[in-house]
Parts: sequence; C-alpha cells; structure tokens
Amino acid sequence: MGLLNLFKRARTFRHGVHPMDHKEQTAHLAIKRLPFAPKVYVPLAQHIGAPAVALVKPGQEVVRGEPIAEAGGFVSVPMHAPVTGIVRSIDHLVPTAAGPKTPAIVIETYEAATQEVLYGLDQDLDTLTRDELIKAVQASGMVGLGGAAFPSHVKLLPPEGKIIETLIINGCECEPYLTCDHRVMLEQTDRLIAGIRTIMRATGARQAIIGVEDNKLDAVKAIRDKLPAGEAISCDAVETKYPQGAEKMLIKSLLNREVPSGGLPVDIGVAVYNVGTMAQLGELIPRSRGLIERVVTVSGPGVAKPGNYLVPIGTPLRFLMEQVGSSSEANEVIVGGPMMGMTVASLDVPVTKGLSGVVVFEEEAEDQQERPVYPCIKCGACLDACPINLNPSMLGQLASVRQYDVMAADFHLNDCFECGCCSYVCPSNIPLTQYFRIAKAVNREARAAAA
Amino acid sequence: MTDITSIALSVGFMAVLGSVLASILVLANKRLFVYEDPRIDDVEDLLPRANCGACGSPGCRPFAEGLIDGTFEPAQCTVNSKETNELIADYLGVDLGAQEKRVARLACAGGSHVAFIRASYAGMNSCRAAALVSGGGKGCSWGCLGMGDCADVCDFAAISMNKYGLPVVSEDLCTACNDCVEVCPKDLFELHSINEQLFVACKNLEKGEEAENECEVICTACERCAVDSPEGLIEIRNNLAVIDYSKNDLASRVAIERCPTGAIVWFDKQGGYQVGKDAKKIIRKEMLPIG
Repeated sequence: MGLLNLFKRARTFRHGVHPMDHKEQTAHLAIKRLPFAPKVYVPLAQHIGAPAVALVKPGQEVVRGEPIAEAGGFVSVPMHAPVTGIVRSIDHLVPTAAGPKTPAIVIETYEAATQEVLYGLDQDLDTLTRDELIKAVQASGMVGLGGAAFPSHVKLLPPEGKIIETLIINGCECEPYLTCDHRVMLEQTDRLIAGIRTIMRATGARQAIIGVEDNKLDAVKAIRDKLPAGEAISCDAVETKYPQGAEKMLIKSLLNREVPSGGLPVDIGVAVYNVGTMAQLGELIPRSRGLIERVVTVSGPGVAKPGNYLVPIGTPLRFLMEQVGSSSEANEVIVGGPMMGMTVASLDVPVTKGLSGVVVFEEEAEDQQERPVYPCIKCGACLDACPINLNPSMLGQLASVRQYDVMAADFHLNDCFECGCCSYVCPSNIPLTQYFRIAKAVNREARAAAA
Repeated sequence: MTDITSIALSVGFMAVLGSVLASILVLANKRLFVYEDPRIDDVEDLLPRANCGACGSPGCRPFAEGLIDGTFEPAQCTVNSKETNELIADYLGVDLGAQEKRVARLACAGGSHVAFIRASYAGMNSCRAAALVSGGGKGCSWGCLGMGDCADVCDFAAISMNKYGLPVVSEDLCTACNDCVEVCPKDLFELHSINEQLFVACKNLEKGEEAENECEVICTACERCAVDSPEGLIEIRNNLAVIDYSKNDLASRVAIERCPTGAIVWFDKQGGYQVGKDAKKIIRKEMLPIG
C-alpha cells in the first residue's frame, strides 16, 4: 500500500509555486491561551459587508460573550464582548491593516473578573429549521476565519435557482508559517465534525469533503479516525502547493471542476468553508454563543516564543508582541501569511476575526532587503505560476502605462485573487501583484464615481 | 476572340463599372453629406489641444463645438492665455465670459518635519501603492504620503514636491484640470476659486490629543474657529473644520488667527499662504525620526 502511494498522483491543480513553508516552528505546538490585554479594541467593520451597529454605551459594563453590536444588514454580523469589563468608547478610531482608521468599541478589562463566558443558552440543533440555523449562524457573529472574513451565514443561503450539493472544508493552510488550522484539525476534531454536520443541514449539502495538504497527514489521520464509516463526510489529502487553499484551486483539486470566470463556487453547487470556521461553529452554535476569540499563529524569525495562541478578538498587536517576546523596534510585522498578508504600519492594529497569523521578520533578514526592479524580460515565468491562467506579464505592462480599464475588460483582471505567485517567481522583481491591487483599487473608485 | 476585342471589352467593362461606382459615390456624397461648421476647425486650432478636461468638456474639439453653440464661453478654457481667448471671442463674435481662476489646493500641511511617520515604507515609489499597504506608514492615515503621484500626473508641471515631501501647486501654471484630484489615493486635492482664500489644510478626523499625536499641523477639532465665525461659515463636522464656501463673502483672516496649530490657512492672491500669528511656530527643519 505504501509503495503504491508513490505512483499515485496527489490531487492538485495546474501551476502555482512551492515556497519554503517554515511551519516546523509552530506545527508541533499545542494551542495555548494568552493573558487578556488591559484594553481590547473591537472594530465595528472587521468583516466584508455593512459595519455592525454598537448596542452598548460608554461606561456600560459588559460580560464576556455578551453582544455589544448588532448586524448592520443581511451581509453583516454582530460583535460580542471578548472580555468582561467596562466600555470606554464606542467610536474610538483604530488603525487597520488595510489602511484607513475605523471606529471600534474599546473595552477596559476587569482584572479581577473570572472571564468566564456566562452568555448563551443551550439549544437543540435537531429541532431548528433551516432558516433558524442560518439565523443562529449569523447571531454567532461568524465570518470566514481563513482570512477573507466574509459573513458565514450569507454563503448558507444560495441565490434563487442554485443549490449547494457539496461542501468543501478548507484545511489546506498553504500560506508559509501559519499552523493554526493544522492545530485546530488535530485538537478540535470533534468540534470540527460537529460544525460540518450543522452546516450540511443548513445548506442541504449531500456530501462534505475536507481538503488537507499532504504535509499535514497527521491531521488527515486524526479526522479519518473520528469519522464513522458510511458518513457523507470524507477527508482527502491534496498536494502541498501554494495557493492550494484558495477556494477555486481547492475545488479544482478535489472535484476537478472549475468555477466560471467572474462566478462564485455556488455557481457549480459548491460552498467552501475554512476548518477554523467549522470548529468554532461546532462549539458556539449548540450553546448559542458568539465568536469572541480565535486561534492565531504567531511565528517568524523575529519572535522569541512562537506558537498557536487563543487570542480574544480586539487584542492589540502590541500586547500580543509583548507576550510572545518580540521587540517592537525595527521589525516587519505581517498579519495573515507572508504571501497574501498585509504589513502593518502600526502595532495598535487589533486582532480581528479574519486574522489567522502574525509573522514577524527582523529587518536584517536577507530576503527583506530592497531589491532593484528590472524591466520585464518576457520569460513567461509568471504565466507558468498563475493558478488561474492569466497573463501577469501583459497585465503588468498595461498597469505600468495605467491602462486599468483595458486590464479589466480584456485580460480578466477581476479574476485575479492576488495570490502573489507572479511576483514570487518574477526574476526581474516586478511587483506585479501590487500593480494589480492598484489597478483594482482605481477601477473600484472609478465605478463608485460613475454610480 | 482577337487580342484587340478582349482589350476593348475589358477597357469598356472597367469604364462602365467605374462610372457606375462613381455615380454611387456622387449620390452618397450628396445624400449622406453631414454639414460641419468650418468654424469648429478654426476654433480648435486656437485651443491648446491638451484635452485636459478643465473646462468641463471631454476634450478640446467638443469644447470648440460647445463654444459655437453657446454652451461654453471662451474664458472657460483655463489653459489658453487671455489674449488667445479674446481672439476666439472676436472670431466667434461672442462675449469672452468671466471665468474665475481656479486652482488645486492640498488639504494637508503635514510635511515630514511635522507629521509623524510610524513605519518606513519600502516598495514601489507611488502613493497609490503605499496607500494599499496599511495606509502607507504615516501616523495620520488621512495625510499626504509625499511620493508625488500628483506631480507625475500633472500635464502642466504645476506641482512640485518640496523638501518635506509635500506637493506645492504653482497657481500660475495650474489649470484646474482635475487630474491631481483624481490620482490622489487620499483624496487630498480640491479645486477652489482663487477668491476662496480661507482653507482648511487638513483632513484628519481625530480629536484633541489623539490628533496631536499624529501631526503638529492638524485640525484637533478644538472648535475655536467655528465658535466666532460668521453665521455658518465654519462648522465642525466629524471632528474636522469645514468651510461653507457658499458664504465665502463672510470669510476673513479671523479664522486663521484662532487656529492654534496653523491647519487653517489664508491664501493670498500671489500664490502663497499664511497661518495666524498665534499658530504654533514650526522651527524644525529636518525630518522627524521614524517610529
């Protein structure tokens, strides 16, 4: 059997890159809880969609898990108090990784409080109808924990005329350094499976496939051991390759089907969820609680105590850095993974629901030094790397002459999900992905101005 | 068939074909003729052909058409000299029209000697690119990033970067074409008539100490300018002083004398600007340290 596996081709997609994964720093470290920060900052807009609307007032005492903001629409989620304490402000402006400052609820932690979650009632999931389940998911404040932070309940309700047949649970974690999903799959397997069963009922999906990269075979084994025979849930290993964890790539690898250009997975009857999201839902929904903390991988050469930490939402990165023994001086701090993550300009940025990791580099690191940009030599390396078969070389040349509308109209700019493979392989160090993000930002502004 | 007849036949055939096609062309020229005012070409020759859009039309030819049918006035071309515009007015026999000179003004005074930089940005040398990476590293997330996208885009070389990384608009050269307004990722440029002399050179929405921690020339929403401003001229909206230019006649230098940081300025008509006498003096000449 073992020998046969040598000849079996791992399930995968075409193109992509193989960056060093650096996961050995934290992959063996169990999830640990960190102390509570003296003040937490919960941004009202930390998900895609309308910002939440504050329910509390300055001076009000809140207990851990209590709702502090309600959803501002259907594509929006409520917020829950990550700590027991007193609300100090509801419109304090905090910096974000994306750039503009955004209003946040500031809660000062009561040092003497037990920080026990007292909020929420047990509910019997089997008695809930589909609509009630979707409402329960929204009430939990759940968003995609893989990084996109898209409200989870919205994906449960497919548009008119479309059905979800297959649920894909994304346990690839293809970003270097990050291991939080790996630990969740190993340590919270029961919750993960409970969450998947709930979501299968809510969507009516007939099967669920957990896709895990084959550098985490221990997680595959742990999940398979817990799955009873004949269950509609299965777990498959896919090739370790970046960006295997992009939902469209994972669908291609597992089902050998492609999401149409400009479309969503639901167009081919698929919904993709992150394993962390499922594990949290499996824990929160049966007790009707809200999302107040998440597992964050803190890793990289600039960290003394790397690991996977259970961090309350709203904890400032400065506090997190102090706890893991990283000097805040002269370091580059990336939230998310190093491929698609965002460098933060301020350590006052709080941990948000979509933040899966913090990677800290020392400034002296060799690959951090500024590299000169050379002209495109038309080698085509980016074409061989692009997982969705775009022409990054052509797009880059159009971007350098600011032909942003041509990029979108004729070269499928809007299908680019900014995985960064093209910039990673470019021998001329052309910042292609950055060009595309600029182009998309400019096009977005032009559309907003036209509307 | 002999050679002569075949040559004659083909020549004859071509002649008939030619005259038939020619008559179709003559007919088409008559039936489908579109009359175009010859003055459009003449006027366009007098226009700068920069197609900058400052007049409000998409380019110089549509502007020339607009001049002839009366939707535009010659003075609305801000790129042409007054003499050339008078020439156009004479040629068309219309009024020159009155066009207030408009210029672009930057709503930020946070140069590198007064505004704190939290993190150094290393990457593509463009404000637009820097703005996408955590806002660009400047403490004030509304402020000018100073990489000169506006100076690059200006067709008239009206914008230059000073040594503190702030763009300086030459009011003589500026044609109010709107290019810098569109390119700035922080939306800091505004077009103003040169008669609108009072200006808030700040867009920060923070208040008091939080704002002062970001920059020394900043609107802290202290409300001093608003309190004794003529009715409704200045009000504080979202922690920022906002001037209602429909009441521009009431504007005076009183407001700049009230501003403790110098974020409200008074543009004189020579292109410079002044802050109030009581505004905090900035004597630092070098860049602030990063961090």
